[in-house]
Amino acid sequence: MLSYLLRRFFYALPILIGVNLITFALFFMVNTPDDMARMQLGVKRVTPEAIALWKLERGYDKPLFVNVDAKGLAVLSDTIFFAKSVRMLAGDFGRAEDGRDIKREIVTRMLPSLAIALPTFLLGLFLAIVLALMLTFFRATYLDFWGVVLCVVAMSVSALFYIIAGQYLVSKLWRWVPISGYVFGFDMWKFLLLPVVIGVVSGLGASARWYRAIFLEEIAKDYVRTARAKGLSEFWVLFRHVLPNALIPIVTGVVVLIPLLFMGSLLSESFFGIPGLGSYTIDAIQAQDFAVVRAMVFIGSLLYILGLVLTDIAYAWIDPRIRFS
Amino acid sequence: MPFSPVVLISDALIALLLLASFFIIRLSLRNPTLGSAWQRLGRNRSGVAAATVLSVFVLIALLDSVHYRPVVDTSSLLHSAPLAHPVYAVEVRSVLDALLVSLRTHQEKTYSAPLATHAYAKEVIELRDSAGQFRQVRDYPRLKYAALHLPATLSLAEAGAQRDRDVFKRLLFAVLAASLLCSVLVAATTAFLARVWACSKRVAWRRIWRSEADFAWDALLSVSAVLLLCGLMIASLCVDYHVFGTDKVGQDVLYQVLKSIRTGLVIGLLTTLVTLPLAIFLGIFAGYFRGWVDDLIQYLYSTVSSIPSVLLIAAAVLMMQVLIDTHPQWFATAAERADLRLLALCLILGLTSWTSLCRLLRGETLKLRELEYIQAARAFAVSDGRIIVRHILPNLMHIVIIALVMDFSGLVLAEAVLSYVGIGVDPTMISFGSMINNARLELAREPLVWWSLAASFTFMLLLVLAANLFADALRVAFDPRMIGAA
Repeated sequence: MLSYLLRRFFYALPILIGVNLITFALFFMVNTPDDMARMQLGVKRVTPEAIALWKLERGYDKPLFVNVDAKGLAVLSDTIFFAKSVRMLAGDFGRAEDGRDIKREIVTRMLPSLAIALPTFLLGLFLAIVLALMLTFFRATYLDFWGVVLCVVAMSVSALFYIIAGQYLVSKLWRWVPISGYVFGFDMWKFLLLPVVIGVVSGLGASARWYRAIFLEEIAKDYVRTARAKGLSEFWVLFRHVLPNALIPIVTGVVVLIPLLFMGSLLSESFFGIPGLGSYTIDAIQAQDFAVVRAMVFIGSLLYILGLVLTDIAYAWIDPRIRFS
Repeated sequence: MPFSPVVLISDALIALLLLASFFIIRLSLRNPTLGSAWQRLGRNRSGVAAATVLSVFVLIALLDSVHYRPVVDTSSLLHSAPLAHPVYAVEVRSVLDALLVSLRTHQEKTYSAPLATHAYAKEVIELRDSAGQFRQVRDYPRLKYAALHLPATLSLAEAGAQRDRDVFKRLLFAVLAASLLCSVLVAATTAFLARVWACSKRVAWRRIWRSEADFAWDALLSVSAVLLLCGLMIASLCVDYHVFGTDKVGQDVLYQVLKSIRTGLVIGLLTTLVTLPLAIFLGIFAGYFRGWVDDLIQYLYSTVSSIPSVLLIAAAVLMMQVLIDTHPQWFATAAERADLRLLALCLILGLTSWTSLCRLLRGETLKLRELEYIQAARAFAVSDGRIIVRHILPNLMHIVIIALVMDFSGLVLAEAVLSYVGIGVDPTMISFGSMINNARLELAREPLVWWSLAASFTFMLLLVLAANLFADALRVAFDPRMIGAA
């Protein structure tokens, strides 16, 4: 187990470096440090000295990837890429353009993101499985047919529609909950209720249809026929035999998403004014704040790799036939 | 010439894509397995119905993909000696624009509700009263281009009542015309099929409507009838009314919705031009050659897929934005700039979304290369390239076709979200995303402005729903695992 995790870690390292390389190439190919300095300093007071000073202060005075003047390993290590990557790996993301420490922002914004993403995820998973199980129970009936049609329609509707319509109906017309905002503490549920419900509803169609397909595939297997031959009722066949086995692909499929819950949801956070990481990302994109976007890319890929490791562990934990190898 | 043709890059690519898909379908019809899959698709009624709806969307998009620059009328210029060469406008128009010229030019001042006769907001109007004096009244003014055939002096309520009668008359006319056209269409199809099947018209009629034919003619005919009816209804109204109202700057919403279709289709289709070669080449190479090639390609796609796609798209789009802003000299017209930005968006979406298809193809190739017929080919010293092209690629085609169609609806939906985030298409380009983005704050107005949002969401739903249903039918027809089940 431990050796497996260690190997996974060493496998993750080159991927992280690759991710960093891609983002660096993306950001610096077009937007050179000189351009950044000019943008930061403003157009009027730009002198070559001011740019050089700005670059020196922020560590941008070195070559990007390869330092031809240096000797030995310093060819690679005395560069912007190396310096920034090492700092990022150590958890130092630098400062945003408004001067705030990115790491601190991320830590404080993680909680509101999680407060929305976690209930949405759990409730959505539960409801989708229940719905899929119901459709499977009534398979090849009109209920199943119209249920699937409804699922297809639901997944064809834009997520923006659910949010806009939900906000209009529930908050503006019926005035049940505030339109947007966030407080920490007991009143939090008022602000979280609508985004969570909308998040669950908008994801329900696609996942219920997918899980139904998994259930149907499982139901065609031999052990299910054996269970029926024993005289078990359809209900017990589904709950005792099909459900646990069908949960293996479902759970292992969603485990990879769990770490990414920290990143929050871009759309609902910005529509509902939740000060989480999703809205932070959108604000950074719209303000063209490269440092923040770069930090979010790094954290996102880190969490994704964590999700892959968790998926492997979940496989082995759920299905005893699978061993770490 | 009264116009000068303009070929935007995306127009050329769309034409290329159409030609390519035409040839791919013809080629795959020759392949017995794929050919029978296409036949199964033709028998699937929901598949044919969805395909009919989709083809209408494609037709509109195609009309919107033939661009030209109209000639500028220089004869009225004051200092003009007659010019030797005609002067063409900077504005690039499409055939669709030319067809919808009344929709495009009938621009009101600001919002107006669907089928409205009066504007949405009150204004100060100068009236001449019975004594001949000018009087200023604050009231809803008549719209400039809607319901001009109704008398101009009507009050709001009177105009509403007359409008309702007029609309009813037009709808009735549309229904009559549609039923006439439909019966002609059905009769012509029956007669045609009777000739093809060499049977009486009666028998042909029965085979069509009892689904006894090899193709779901009933689905095709009924969906065409519904589309014809809707089209005629809208067409009979849009001449004199704003059917879906007007937006903030007074532009007709119907026009915007029709223009959005091309943007959505371009994003859904051209992205595949990037995804396909990457996924197919890398996937097959990794699965077929294994070893270090496999390691390298696996590393490549796990790296790309581990970056959250929205962030990668955002980063790339921001960079492209900087590039476009710093090189204004590349573009002759605003349409070219918008077009290039659209293409770049497709490129970026493609570069971030090839990984899942690549993984699928790699897995399938790993399985295929161990099969007996491939080993036999290798024993006959057939070259690797030939094995891949002749024996592996055709057996991966079903995965590719399914993935293509499945991705399409996701991409159309993604465009709306990206435009909301601010990393979508060029602001001057009309798309579902930019329509929704501009209209989302209108729900806070009093009285409510709902038509812009409703129209864009409805058309987007139609497009995506048709694509999803078509994808389902396609999967049932092409996926070998589903053939037994269906």
